[in-house]
Amino acid sequence: MSKILTTRRKLIAGLGSSVLLAGCDSWSRSPGFQDFLASSEGLTRRAQRMVTSREALAREFTVADLSPSFRANGSRTADSDAYRAMLANNFADFRLRVDGLVGRPLSLSLAELRAMPSRTQITRHDCVEGWSAIGQWTGVPLSRLLDLAGLRDSANYIVFHCADTYGSQGRPYYESIDLIDAFHPQTILAYDMNGEQLPERHGAPLRARVERQLGYKHAKYVTRLEAVARLDGIHGGKGGYWEDNGAYAWYAGI
Amino acid sequence: MAGESEHSENDVKPGLEPGPKPGDLVKRHRLSTRLWHWTNALAIIVLLMSGLSIFNAHPRLYWGSYGANADTPWLEISGEGTRGFVRIGSIEITTTGVLGRWRDENGQTSTRAFPSWATVPGFYSLALGRLWHFFFAWILVLAGLSYWIWSFANRHVQRDLAPKRFELKPSHIWHDIKDHARLRFPTGAAALSYNILQKMSYLIILFVLLPLIVLTGLTMSPSMDAAWPWLLDLFGGRQSARSIHFICAFLIGAFIVVHLIMVVLAGPVNEIRSMITGRFRLPGKREDAPPPQRPEFAEEQAQ
Repeated sequence: MSKILTTRRKLIAGLGSSVLLAGCDSWSRSPGFQDFLASSEGLTRRAQRMVTSREALAREFTVADLSPSFRANGSRTADSDAYRAMLANNFADFRLRVDGLVGRPLSLSLAELRAMPSRTQITRHDCVEGWSAIGQWTGVPLSRLLDLAGLRDSANYIVFHCADTYGSQGRPYYESIDLIDAFHPQTILAYDMNGEQLPERHGAPLRARVERQLGYKHAKYVTRLEAVARLDGIHGGKGGYWEDNGAYAWYAGI
Repeated sequence: MAGESEHSENDVKPGLEPGPKPGDLVKRHRLSTRLWHWTNALAIIVLLMSGLSIFNAHPRLYWGSYGANADTPWLEISGEGTRGFVRIGSIEITTTGVLGRWRDENGQTSTRAFPSWATVPGFYSLALGRLWHFFFAWILVLAGLSYWIWSFANRHVQRDLAPKRFELKPSHIWHDIKDHARLRFPTGAAALSYNILQKMSYLIILFVLLPLIVLTGLTMSPSMDAAWPWLLDLFGGRQSARSIHFICAFLIGAFIVVHLIMVVLAGPVNEIRSMITGRFRLPGKREDAPPPQRPEFAEEQAQ
């Protein structure tokens, strides 16, 4: 009797767990269920924004804390003739465009950006994969550029358009942040890293630093800032390359 | 009356009327305990398995603020050639087939750290692992906080979980360890209250491991580090917090294994029923029953 019971229990447990696991996988693949799980992302964003003041700074470290080697991840170059040409010319012809919902669209050379007031910060870069590296970044505060361009009231997001593409389909990389992060004092467009010109593999000539979010928000090879009211008209419509192509959260505060 | 207090028909004053006898079906677990247990069981299993999915994206652990591929991990689960291994410090253990290199259910060889049967989802996806993880993290935290507050308010913690002074005597703990090792489980009314090893395990889970795993989880959030920088000081940096998070998960996993073994050994039908309906059949005397308990033991329990 007890043997039968044990066997039955084992069967039920075995069946149960395999059904559960298979269920998890088919649910995982279902867009509806992904949306259901993702419904907690809004809660996470609101809760984190509630306990984090607008000005709360990411911890800044000292030169002694720098990672001996800062891992380069994602695109290590922007694979286009236009980028190769700019790189060969040390970005003398590079222009950063600032447009969209702004009063005065800008087109700025690297020299002009370097001539602006800058911010230097030693911060920890956290990849969504789990690793961290500490680096020193110098660049123009994004708020400075947005003030210069005169952001319109209708603007809600800043989109970073990039020179690189990613994935087998070669889709353009891009990212976006809301105005809370755009005007955060540590949000900069970095042109120097660890006291030297930003290397190619880390996104030369400009890389966004959005210190209170994960690494994939820190777009590399930035060529254009676009102020927009909504994100749904841009590329896949979810606000970033990984958001469009991998079910990653738009708000990457955790 | 010992232990649980929700009894109605059995809630008698000690010494006036006889307590429940072996064979009686009595109330054992409150509704709040039962609801939390099953919510938690689901949440923790999903969290552990989706956590392993996330770990697979970077199967290395470090101490300190930073740590990436060029830095030295204290733990690494990886594959090399045809071999899977776990490396802890300078010790390397071959784990081919289980960790680092294994075959999935379709016979495909993979060189990820944790095998597909241990992860949610069962295929590699960091993004989906994160979706599952953060959804159920909210359930764990909200249910856990409600249970905390409720169990202090209805005195479950103070009455049933807080060790009595006599239970903390080394001799008593040792006695309980020996009983567990010999698989002698309490009978009669004594089976209604938690023994000291149970109390300590549950207290450690409730007030040490669960808070630690939530706080170390939050320390991995760059936004929370800006909001609460003390988290970084408390755990010694983000990568230390990630390591502690993993160690806590391992300990909670170990607790679940021991917990399930004890349920099976103590009589799975009765134990599982008591956690579903709340009703528990008091076990009778064993043939090799231990000598009667010391008087002060019985007296303390009767409080």
